[in-house]
Amino acid sequence: MNPAGDKAQVLRRLFFSTLYLSAFTFGGGYVIVTLLKKKFVDEYRWIEEDEMLDLVAIAQSAPGPIAVNGAIVVGYKLAGLLGAAVAIVATVIPPFVIISAVSLFYEAFRDNFLVSQMLAGMQAGVAAVIASVVWQMGTDVVRSKSTASVLVMAAAFAATCLFGVNVVLVVLAAAGLGVARTLLAQRRAKKEGGR
Amino acid sequence: MIYLQLFWSFLQIGLFSFGGGYAAIPLIQGQIVERHSWLSMPEFPDLITIPQMTPGPIAINAATFVGIKIAGVAGALVATLGCILPSCVIVTLIARLYLKYRSMALLQGVLASLRPAVVAMIASAGVSILISAFWGGALVSFAATNWVMAAIFALSVVLLLKCKLDPILVMVLAGVLKLAAAAAGL
Repeated sequence: MNPAGDKAQVLRRLFFSTLYLSAFTFGGGYVIVTLLKKKFVDEYRWIEEDEMLDLVAIAQSAPGPIAVNGAIVVGYKLAGLLGAAVAIVATVIPPFVIISAVSLFYEAFRDNFLVSQMLAGMQAGVAAVIASVVWQMGTDVVRSKSTASVLVMAAAFAATCLFGVNVVLVVLAAAGLGVARTLLAQRRAKKEGGR
Repeated sequence: MIYLQLFWSFLQIGLFSFGGGYAAIPLIQGQIVERHSWLSMPEFPDLITIPQMTPGPIAINAATFVGIKIAGVAGALVATLGCILPSCVIVTLIARLYLKYRSMALLQGVLASLRPAVVAMIASAGVSILISAFWGGALVSFAATNWVMAAIFALSVVLLLKCKLDPILVMVLAGVLKLAAAAAGL
């Protein structure tokens, strides 16, 4: 269901929509993905709701920043590789410019007493934010009543926190386990279907 | 060759961070603090607070921030490029496959196994920030605990979980509390 309008206009709208969303959304990937849906499904009606849900799932399950992934899937769906490229550039420009500007002042501000105390306190705040995120996500995992998931969580925590195992290895191991479990489940389903 | 190192480090961060913002934190910590010592552990939380307070994806913000600190604007460009390159290739490929075949069972299976591991890795990153905040690099002991920080942490957790306050607001509040405590001579 590609838009009927000419491609140049699609690309222009894609560029300015993703630029705007990236420049004004605080709070990271999940927020941006929701706004992408609002813009392209509800407002422009260029993508259907169900398809958008799958595209969001791709953006969330692939590695990398969710906002960038979301821009890529939407751009690719609307205008192919060129669309993906346009969406990426538009998503990256705002944080790049803003952070560059902030880091100019950062060095000067850090040594200031007021700012250094603020930053020290915010360290406790960051730890609290991470603790609450872990609490919410962790209870979801425990509530899912999947023994395998709880075991994976415990093993991954022991590996990274106690034994200092590289996180890359943990990610690879968990992904491999997921592939194995899915293939096994598919084989079992096929066998039972054959009976 | 600093540009190559930056590119390679952020390529790995982009390639192995599943699940968005917070999931990238342990990877960024591993590459930036432990492997290359581009930032020290007490500096590391700035890398989270500053990208959180500014708009845009955390990983891109972190890439720009570290890149510019280490090797100027060119460094920021290289780091950002490294960070998004895996996404570009992998997401485009999956989107192409999806639009063609629309089968996601394997993808969802991988995601189901990754999610608990990601939670655990975020928890580990949180533990090291907590240790740095409470003990500031000194040995972990009851006597050396910074109780002001511990109190701010406890209050922040309550505000987040019970009062459901916005995370950015809570972080700023934690900063203001520490500043007030320092001004009061604590």
